[in-house]
Amino acid sequence: MIWSKYNIFFRLRLTDSLLRGILSMGAVISALVMLLIVIFLILESWSLLGRISPARFFTDTSWHPLEGAYHLMPMLAGTLYASTGALLLAIPLGIASALFIVYYASPRLAKWYKRLVELLAGIPSVVFGFWGLTTLVPLINQIHPPGASLLAAILILALMILPTITLTAYSALMAVPDEFLRNATALGLPRWGMIRGVAFPAARTGIVAGIILATGRAIGETMAVLMVAGNVVQYPDGLFDPIRTLASNIALEMAYAMGDHRAVLFVSGLLLMLMVMMLSGMAGWWGRGHRA
Amino acid sequence: MLKTNARRWRHFYLDRLVQIFVYLAVLTVCAVFLWILVDLLRGGFAHLSWNFLIESPRDAGRAGGIGSILVSTMLILLVALGAALPLAWTTAALLAEYVPATSKFGMLVRYSLQVLAGVPSIVFGLFGNAFFSIYLGLGFSILSGGLTLACMLLPILVSTAEAGLRAVPDSYRLSAAALGMTRAATLIRLLLPIAAPALAAGLLLGIGRAVAETAALLFTSGYVDRMPGSLLDSGRALALHIFDLSMNVPGGDVPAYASALVLVAMLLCINIFAMQLVQSWQRRNTILE
Repeated sequence: MIWSKYNIFFRLRLTDSLLRGILSMGAVISALVMLLIVIFLILESWSLLGRISPARFFTDTSWHPLEGAYHLMPMLAGTLYASTGALLLAIPLGIASALFIVYYASPRLAKWYKRLVELLAGIPSVVFGFWGLTTLVPLINQIHPPGASLLAAILILALMILPTITLTAYSALMAVPDEFLRNATALGLPRWGMIRGVAFPAARTGIVAGIILATGRAIGETMAVLMVAGNVVQYPDGLFDPIRTLASNIALEMAYAMGDHRAVLFVSGLLLMLMVMMLSGMAGWWGRGHRA
Repeated sequence: MLKTNARRWRHFYLDRLVQIFVYLAVLTVCAVFLWILVDLLRGGFAHLSWNFLIESPRDAGRAGGIGSILVSTMLILLVALGAALPLAWTTAALLAEYVPATSKFGMLVRYSLQVLAGVPSIVFGLFGNAFFSIYLGLGFSILSGGLTLACMLLPILVSTAEAGLRAVPDSYRLSAAALGMTRAATLIRLLLPIAAPALAAGLLLGIGRAVAETAALLFTSGYVDRMPGSLLDSGRALALHIFDLSMNVPGGDVPAYASALVLVAMLLCINIFAMQLVQSWQRRNTILE
């Protein structure tokens, strides 16, 4: 940045420092929001965390918060199963979509398809959930009752994180220098050889960062999963069993939770946030490590 | 000879196979998108009318319209933007124009916003319930819902505004400095007006995010579907209305379809408008450079 250091309008420098003060105040408040959230989550869960050992969330026999049994594992497992399944589905589809936009489609078609993906990203989660509830769940019910199941959650989540993966992979692929691709073509590589051998290694950092971002979204998604997953607290035996995830558990029980029950819901909120923070830390570390 | 031939064929088939997979994937995504839109249209279009948009819901939403719910949604949105915009734009101006990109303070603010961007919306809901509703005593109200949303919108508003300011060519700042303009005058008279379309696009994206939100409002702005009398009344947002109709109200599917249609139409318009803004702004910037 370049600025004239000495100003001929000396009095105006007062407004300058005033403005700078106002701007700094705004920035400090913005930064404090994060701190405030962490403080309040810890404060609310402390009434429980201070008394019982955290190990009990993993060793208790069941989830009966009113009787003091706080087994979070089945819900953690539900979150992990649903997110993993959604990623397995959305990663190939999302990367294929990005490849289509960058390498396979004509410019006109590519523009339209990118628009469509961006619009898909704008559809709210509650509408995805509603569509899943009225269309997907009855369909799955015909194959194998009850319908509201891990499978429905996976399908809806995959749809929701697909745009994230596509759009980040797209910008990563677009950033690959043109000369790399021209050299690959000059060497006579077929299109797939060029993509696998040149474009993917060059764009790997961005693609992986996008996948990590999408994972965070899948873990935190609440309403859509709540509407289609059946919400039974259990370890699922198969794709057609209902599950309950950590996030939807909070939404389901917060309305009537009191005392320790409320505190344990804040603990699960804290757990969710730690998971997401770890993921974003991982993404940052990965990006720095590979750019250097 | 035979070996190289076989290899060439394998490459050829692999290439074709990947191409077929890519086209199939794209077709699937398009088909699902159309499927969702057609489903919503078929389920809700017949129910849509002017009266549906202005009447208040009756019988838990089975009859009547979504008038009071649209009003609550707008009020929540206004509160959220009123709180988030000044904070976000001052932060963005400071980060882009005043502190060097590598300074400790800038890194700290940027890192905390980056973490904030990843926090799940239900966690915002928990925080809003504990802080705004109970600690500050705002209860289940439009005010606490809007403020919770404001926290959620901060990162996206800051990052779009900062990117917009950074995209203004340095020659502008040089010229302003050469003319002896103060930094305040440069920022307010020159940089902000040039970056205005980028700020507006970020604002539209933020509006889209806020209108779509459900989980953060569940325990902050509440469920009451009456017409709100003041900002301290509880008010039900449109997204929450869809959720309630489909999960808790038997026979609420048709109005839920119609409400979902209204919400999706609103969001599609906002997003398309934002995309157009960004595109025309980028074109103008490349001409200016």
